[in-house]
Amino acid sequence: MSDPKIEGFELEKGFKGMAKDTGSDQTMFKGVHWGKAMMWIFLLSDTFVFSCFLISYMKGRASTPVEWPNPSEVFALEAFGVPVPLLLIALMTFVLITSSGTMALAVKYGYERNRKMCGYLILATALGGLTFVGMQAYEWTKLIHEGVRPWENPFGAAQFGSFFFMITGFHGCHVSIGVIFLFIYCYKVFAGHYDNGKRGWFTKMKGDYVEVEILGLYWHFVDLVWVFIFAFFYLW
Amino acid sequence: MDETKKKEETGSTHKIGIYLWIWGLLFVLSFFSYLVDWYQFQGMLRWSLIIFFMLLKAGLIMAFFMHLYWERYALVNVLLWPMTAIVCFVALMIAEGKYTLFSRLFYFFVGG
Repeated sequence: MSDPKIEGFELEKGFKGMAKDTGSDQTMFKGVHWGKAMMWIFLLSDTFVFSCFLISYMKGRASTPVEWPNPSEVFALEAFGVPVPLLLIALMTFVLITSSGTMALAVKYGYERNRKMCGYLILATALGGLTFVGMQAYEWTKLIHEGVRPWENPFGAAQFGSFFFMITGFHGCHVSIGVIFLFIYCYKVFAGHYDNGKRGWFTKMKGDYVEVEILGLYWHFVDLVWVFIFAFFYLW
Repeated sequence: MDETKKKEETGSTHKIGIYLWIWGLLFVLSFFSYLVDWYQFQGMLRWSLIIFFMLLKAGLIMAFFMHLYWERYALVNVLLWPMTAIVCFVALMIAEGKYTLFSRLFYFFVGG
């Protein structure tokens, strides 16, 4: 993948290689599986969607003269009778990073054709994602009981609720879809579809462990978005 | 099938150590960014620390977990330049937000 040979030509690296790839009147992403390139383009468009949400949140928060709710108090959780700021959010962050790590290892073992390790690691990733969604559901329930609504909340500026539910909801939706696909791919790995090249449902493409990497890209992206949400929504 | 041929066909594999290192670093960085809130740093210090840890984490995930470090420049550049445009958009909206706040306060309290 790093420097593939295509039709006997050694591809150049760096910016010179990039200029030759782009101007070659052929496929542009040489040596990159089409599914992987498409997943990257999709993730780029998803980046724009999340950026729009986060930028509108930033502008909404920066331009209101009303006091914004203090996130480290709003998202505090009682542990052993003491309120700990952002406890749940910290746990969610660690769970998501853990699942990202297991996914990275799953991709590695997939390419090494270690079917069992790959399958178990994908299963671990799926369970991590499920835990994350569960914790988020708990967080939403708690805030809704405290009276946070998209149009009002007891802590401060009324816009807080709409931004919160929109951004974390859209992210949670991505995690949920990811979990569903992780379970499907977990089954496909254990069933050996990537070892014997069984074709998938929507495609004539033969099963290959590159699909695990493509799924991994999506999962890491979900983690990546959480890094930004954690920084801008919870720490600001 | 000899080892190199197999490797070419199944794509690259990297040593497990690099993933574990990045994984550990991500934990440490997340812990540090949590500490920023724990110790209630304020002002520029808080901001620079939050953004520093955030960008470092995002960079590590993209470069190593998403294999962008090993990808060809044709793909890397297609992804990173639009993201640079987003950063410009953020900068524009910071200025816009400040202006909106200013004009709201001005017309609320000083009047037209």
